[in-house]
Amino acid sequence: MEYCVGIDLGSTTTKAVIIDCQERLIGRGITNSRSNYDVACQIALDEALISARFGLIEGNLKQGHERLEPLERGFRRQQYLHQLDTLSRILVGLAGSGAAAGFLDRIVDDMRLESTALFGPEGNRKSDFFRDLAGSRYLSLAERFAREDGACFEALAGLYDKAILEVENTAGAAGSFEECLRDAVADVPGDVEDLRRAVEQAVAIELVQVGSVGTGYGRQRLPFPEGQIRSEILCHGLGAHAMFPATRTVLDIGGQDTKAIQVDDQGIVTSFQMNDRCAAGCGRYLGYIADEMNLGLHELGPLAEQSQRPVRINSTCTVFAGAELRERLSLGEKREDILAGLHRAIILRAMSLLARSGGVNDEFTFTGGVAKNPAAVGALAQLVQDNYGERTLNISPDSIYTGALGAALFAHRGSRAPVGSVE
Amino acid sequence: MKPLDTTVVDVLKDGSQIRQKQMIADHYARLARARETGEKCVYTYVPGNLTELIRGFDLLPVLPEINALQSGMRGKSRDYIARAEKEGHSEDVCTYVKCDIGMKRSGNIGPTGERLPDPDLLLLSYTGCFTFLKWFELLREEYDCPVAMLHVPYQGDGKITDSMRRYVVDQLRDKIIPALEEASGKAFDLDRLRESLARSAQAEDDLVWVLQSAKNVPSPIDAYFGGVYYIGPIFTAFRGMPEAVDYYRELRAEIEQRLERGQGPVTPDGELESERFRVVVEGPPNWTSFRQFWKMFADEGAVVVASTYTKVGGVYDNGFRHDPDRPLESLAEYCLGCYTNLSLPTRVEMISRYVQDYRADGFLINSVKSCNSFSAGQLMILREVEKRTGRPGGFIESDLVDPRYFSASNIKNRLESYFQMIEQKRAGGGQ
Repeated sequence: MEYCVGIDLGSTTTKAVIIDCQERLIGRGITNSRSNYDVACQIALDEALISARFGLIEGNLKQGHERLEPLERGFRRQQYLHQLDTLSRILVGLAGSGAAAGFLDRIVDDMRLESTALFGPEGNRKSDFFRDLAGSRYLSLAERFAREDGACFEALAGLYDKAILEVENTAGAAGSFEECLRDAVADVPGDVEDLRRAVEQAVAIELVQVGSVGTGYGRQRLPFPEGQIRSEILCHGLGAHAMFPATRTVLDIGGQDTKAIQVDDQGIVTSFQMNDRCAAGCGRYLGYIADEMNLGLHELGPLAEQSQRPVRINSTCTVFAGAELRERLSLGEKREDILAGLHRAIILRAMSLLARSGGVNDEFTFTGGVAKNPAAVGALAQLVQDNYGERTLNISPDSIYTGALGAALFAHRGSRAPVGSVE
Repeated sequence: MKPLDTTVVDVLKDGSQIRQKQMIADHYARLARARETGEKCVYTYVPGNLTELIRGFDLLPVLPEINALQSGMRGKSRDYIARAEKEGHSEDVCTYVKCDIGMKRSGNIGPTGERLPDPDLLLLSYTGCFTFLKWFELLREEYDCPVAMLHVPYQGDGKITDSMRRYVVDQLRDKIIPALEEASGKAFDLDRLRESLARSAQAEDDLVWVLQSAKNVPSPIDAYFGGVYYIGPIFTAFRGMPEAVDYYRELRAEIEQRLERGQGPVTPDGELESERFRVVVEGPPNWTSFRQFWKMFADEGAVVVASTYTKVGGVYDNGFRHDPDRPLESLAEYCLGCYTNLSLPTRVEMISRYVQDYRADGFLINSVKSCNSFSAGQLMILREVEKRTGRPGGFIESDLVDPRYFSASNIKNRLESYFQMIEQKRAGGGQ
């Protein structure tokens, strides 16, 4: 089976989308970006291929689709165990004969034991990334050993910080697909014969890459030839068009830049604006505010939505906003009111870029990590209504893959078009 | 005499380029010796410069903007700006001003590494840039010297009226010429001015021919990055001088030859072999990363076929030439007609015409936040030109000489996206 892949190497995460010859999305994968871009791309692609295989397995199952979910959980657990092996090896190497060394095996052993519950039907996994899943458990166990057995928490935490980077930069840390899948099938309770058959059929299909295009912040570093690299602006435009064909204006607020893009009825970019001299008002702003308020990033939006009297925040400078935030708190303003003001400040900046790019035309598609934040979406919807009137606002739950999808479509539609003489 | 240290000159090795380098080096050497030789000098600006008049009194012009951009290219501007900011100049002030003030406070060492003479007169011959007024106010404090100010009315209605012309001519006669007489100790010589103006017109004809050679496909020149070299002599110390006539004659002959041979423009990496994109650029270039900025275009096969910045000293597109038969009137028209004195509708009209006449794929604006003369209204210009020409506009932001505001990866990202957008449009789909 032939496929084309698009990879979007962002400042925070790396995304891969694969499509088949009919431009149908068959798989997608995401990983957190890291210093080694090649590894990040490889992992995102591996993840996308895994999701494509699961899609094939699902198609092969005549019935018993409910078996797929435990299979997938089991598969993720197997990957997690492989990553734990890598983590353990690196931790031990780093610790040498230091005092912390004696606790490492105990921590990792406990983490292995906990994995069954973590990936069980009731397991509480707040993230899909190994860094977050393992980090949260490791630190909590390190704390316990520090409290009960006199281990040095700082030393253990420091070791983890170093080791996790190395784990993330180790290709194949999550084990081979076939091996993890085989072990996962064996763990599924009950009669697994039809599942095993469906898996074997799916694994037997050869997935052949026939095209690839890279995009995103790190696109110059992608392991692709120059002709297969596209600007993320074009990819976001085409990706948004693929998700919502009536799209004419796209707003993407990512980790470190904001893009306002106008597209035509084919998804071709006609105009765009990006923040140039300053990254104020991008996704990182919210990350910083979350840290300042000791909240998780995903908690900001819902909290801001509870606001009754939003505070007017003027500064979109990330650092100044922190100062403004502290001042407002000391004046007794409610957290939710301040947060509502901060969300509005970000969106006001985006509105300025939108205006510069040619306004908000119908339909309007909002993408990027910030599109997952309900308070940001609320502020945007209100400001668009106030300034441009009624507009259809599209937000896909998969908006994070917009750029990668556009890249995959470019990959399918051929490499960079040759340019003849200019007339 | 030290050779002029200009980072980019070495990439253009044509005879005219060597000649220009020598002309500028000689001029700075003369400035460095001015105190010994007793020559006097006038500080003045590029837009609406009155070079023929100044040199008619044997005064030597010094152009603070040119010194600032040279400092930018030589990697000196960061420290000069820091020096000026330390002394109280705000972050938002024009970086040419801060660079100049910082240079003065650091010993007033010019581009050739030699000290520049103090001015005998500050000649403000164009007031369309409000910052110029404030800049000379500062320099007056620094040097405690006289200022002559020519008030140039803005072309708000897009044309020069008789009363505007008369107003400027009266000032030239009653204020500027007497001030120059006083500074130089010499009497005004109208015949000498006429001779200079005749030479100006000759050089201007050749310059216009060179800039318009970019209408050819492929273009033999880059009219922005290369263009800033072409305008050097005419907008600085040499218009009206025999050297300028020779320089432009030689330059034109070289470009004629390039055109005959079908050669593309010279870039930092040598001759551009394949012209993939033709663009018009509005706004001044960035000087601190000039070569890198140029390379971002050249790497994409993009040639700038027309630019507004090369009209910053004066606009010749509409047929204006200095006229020996109307000496003061034509000087007045020159000052009134410089690019930043034009109304926004006139600028829109001019850029739209460039896009069409030079068969451009699109146009780019390099917006400089601290330069109000250029930047105010640029977004309106962008939308209007897009509407009129149907060609895509692009918008990037940088600065003149403050290296902190040149974010190379972001600018490269915008430019690549912009050129890919043009390419995608040509291909007519997701190609």
